Amino acid sequence: MGSIPPLPPFFAVFSGPPMTVPASCARRLAWTPVRMRSTRPIPFPDTAFSCVLAYFTMARRKRQRAQEMDDSTENIIIDTATRIFQDLCAPNTVNEAEKGVWPKALWDALAGSGLPLTWVPEELGGAGASVADGFAVLRVAGRFTAPVPLAETLMAGWLLARAGIAVPSGPLTIAPIHADGHIALTPGGTLTGRARKVPFARNARHIAVLAEQEGRMLVALVAATGLSINRAVSLAGEPRDDVSFDDVVPATAGPAAVDQNLLVGFGAAVRLQQMAGALERILEASVQYALDRSQFGRPIAKFQAIQHNLAILAGEVAAASAAAGAAAEACLNPDIPVSEIAIAKVRGGEAAGTGAAIAHQVHGAMGFTYEHSLHHATRRLWAWREEFGNEAMWAARLGRIVAERGADELWPLITAGS
Amino acid sequence: MSYSFRFDPIELPQEAKELRSEVRAFLREEAEAGTLSAGSGEGSFSREFSRKVGAKGWIGMTWPKKYGGHERSHLERYVVIEEMLAARAPTRAHSTADRQSGPVILRYGQEEIRQKILPQIARGELCFCIGLSEPNSGSDVFAASTRATRTDGGWRVNGRKIWTSNAHQADYMIALLRTSPPTKENRRHGLTQFLVDMKAPGITIRPIINLSGAHDFNEVVFDDAFLPHSHLIGGVDMAWTQATDELAYERSGPDRWIETFPCLVELVRRAGEEPDERLAEGIGREVAHLATLRRMSLSVAGMLQAGKTPSVEAAVVKDLGTNFEQALPDKVRLLAPPIGDSQPDSNDDRFEEALRHATLIAPKLTIQGGTREVLRGIIARGLGLR
Repeated sequence: MGSIPPLPPFFAVFSGPPMTVPASCARRLAWTPVRMRSTRPIPFPDTAFSCVLAYFTMARRKRQRAQEMDDSTENIIIDTATRIFQDLCAPNTVNEAEKGVWPKALWDALAGSGLPLTWVPEELGGAGASVADGFAVLRVAGRFTAPVPLAETLMAGWLLARAGIAVPSGPLTIAPIHADGHIALTPGGTLTGRARKVPFARNARHIAVLAEQEGRMLVALVAATGLSINRAVSLAGEPRDDVSFDDVVPATAGPAAVDQNLLVGFGAAVRLQQMAGALERILEASVQYALDRSQFGRPIAKFQAIQHNLAILAGEVAAASAAAGAAAEACLNPDIPVSEIAIAKVRGGEAAGTGAAIAHQVHGAMGFTYEHSLHHATRRLWAWREEFGNEAMWAARLGRIVAERGADELWPLITAGS
Repeated sequence: MSYSFRFDPIELPQEAKELRSEVRAFLREEAEAGTLSAGSGEGSFSREFSRKVGAKGWIGMTWPKKYGGHERSHLERYVVIEEMLAARAPTRAHSTADRQSGPVILRYGQEEIRQKILPQIARGELCFCIGLSEPNSGSDVFAASTRATRTDGGWRVNGRKIWTSNAHQADYMIALLRTSPPTKENRRHGLTQFLVDMKAPGITIRPIINLSGAHDFNEVVFDDAFLPHSHLIGGVDMAWTQATDELAYERSGPDRWIETFPCLVELVRRAGEEPDERLAEGIGREVAHLATLRRMSLSVAGMLQAGKTPSVEAAVVKDLGTNFEQALPDKVRLLAPPIGDSQPDSNDDRFEEALRHATLIAPKLTIQGGTREVLRGIIARGLGLR
């Protein structure tokens, strides 16, 4: 089950004073996950969902028996995701999405497969698969530069699950995503605060909001309709909207053992999987281009300068992939160790920059056109390396941890965990 | 074809974790006894230390017990090696034999030689050197021309090896010698591996002093030196089929990213508990690189343990690792608080000593054991570019 902790005892989530809700607001709030969970079945989009659900469940049980990562399980999930993206995420789909066309066919297929609810426990209407499974899917999504909030829906599911809140259907996202993010739940039961650069906010049906009330953290499920959304885009042209939550009443809310740092760390781990996938994609594209493109009477792949640049790119891709693996592993620990995430995001972020630069150099002018799809991956890499803490932010955090522990603890830190 | 190389996370088995504590305790005792040097070239050679390591069972760890080995895993061996290197333990008297020469003898050596040599290596009693490079054969290994010709009861060797580390201290060399000319079809044909007793008549060792003034490598001249038949390792003329597997062992180990690590440790010491933002960020970046490299290197050890031959992955680790360790001293130099009069006396300054050593050895790191250019060629071949 990875980092999704066992659900709290049935009533623990709702007992005690999770938040003060005046009687007048109680009905409007309707934070009744108990009923949602026990009586209302979560609508299955179609039968494919139950199939995926079935093998997720089977896979999880198998893994529990084996007590270790099982390659074949991961492969089934990867195959499912790969097939969907191959069929429905052509370069044109990505370009259209940048123009504002919602890739409905792609999203519907993903939703139908149950992949967006990978991290949601079965009791809350999801697939109940492991963190590793979700991360494997995200790597494939990164490879195909999928212009849909799959990562965000996964994260929202993870966040809601931590508060024992059942997950509604439709695309989801999370807020706030920055280290200094702060949304408060007032004693009156309304949210207050603003979150910048919320990914795919305009496309989401609900937003999972991490909010604070009198020093306690809660996860609130907020319907997107009626929110004040200021549209903006990332370097890749993906929605990164500023959302104002003032006076918004959440559909439901519950206390959760998550704080903003943990959320940012988890988000960094998620982006790292997508980055690793996108880097694999640009390596593949660059090698192929070098083999296909001829200059001076031979394929440019035959020139040593090109070979060495591609060898460097391959090294960066390998490093980013290892970093993504490290981050995924860190997320198996419910506390998500900061140093592990920092190491991974710094290294992965650097690989994204170095790797994208080499890919463009190899592709020449062709790769600088809008027509060529290289930019789908490179622009996302430039955007993702900046999100959930860039290299500088994480490096400084890591450096402070190292300094605080002292010189003689550096080696034990590096070998910790293995 | 798949262009991306996989470096799956490795979870060390419990026995490896216990072994780590054991090695750390041993090294702590040695440090207190003053056996561990600060790590300048010559200080890192100690036969006494190597015998102690052998007695602990930490040399030839993965070899069969009947040859003096300990039948432990590659991951356990990895833990021992990285702990030794991180502590700057003086392992040079046994490290080459443990890493390369022993495995070659185990795999291709004659039974008589295996029984005689391997247990001595495992006890930490034998120092090996590697006779590959020649004046006209550097990166182009298969251009070697030092000749071995058949004679009564064995072979006669004539020619010169160069850049041979530890030759002046070694008991044996594993030499790559020309036994036939290359063929038209295969320019790698005609070379043979031999075990050479460095004390044999006809072998002259001349020091080559490196830029730091240290005596590490040598020129080794063979003048009708005699090798008995039993010293033939593997097939005559067939060394090219034998040489490549071992490179995976050589190229991915901790020694390919940890050489200049002490200057980072000393930078952290000098930085104190509350470094400014710039210094914290600089330290964090280098630690991120180091930790990721270690992960990749450990992952290759896991592939070896699983019986794979990850030659390209090993080349990736060595290329990334040596570039990192080479660049590190310069990063550290510019991150460090300015040199001033408030710091310790020059000869007591651990930071300056570590940085000086790292800066002076930096150039060799991307040359020895396969240059950066050779490695990138190997990776490019793995990508299907050549």
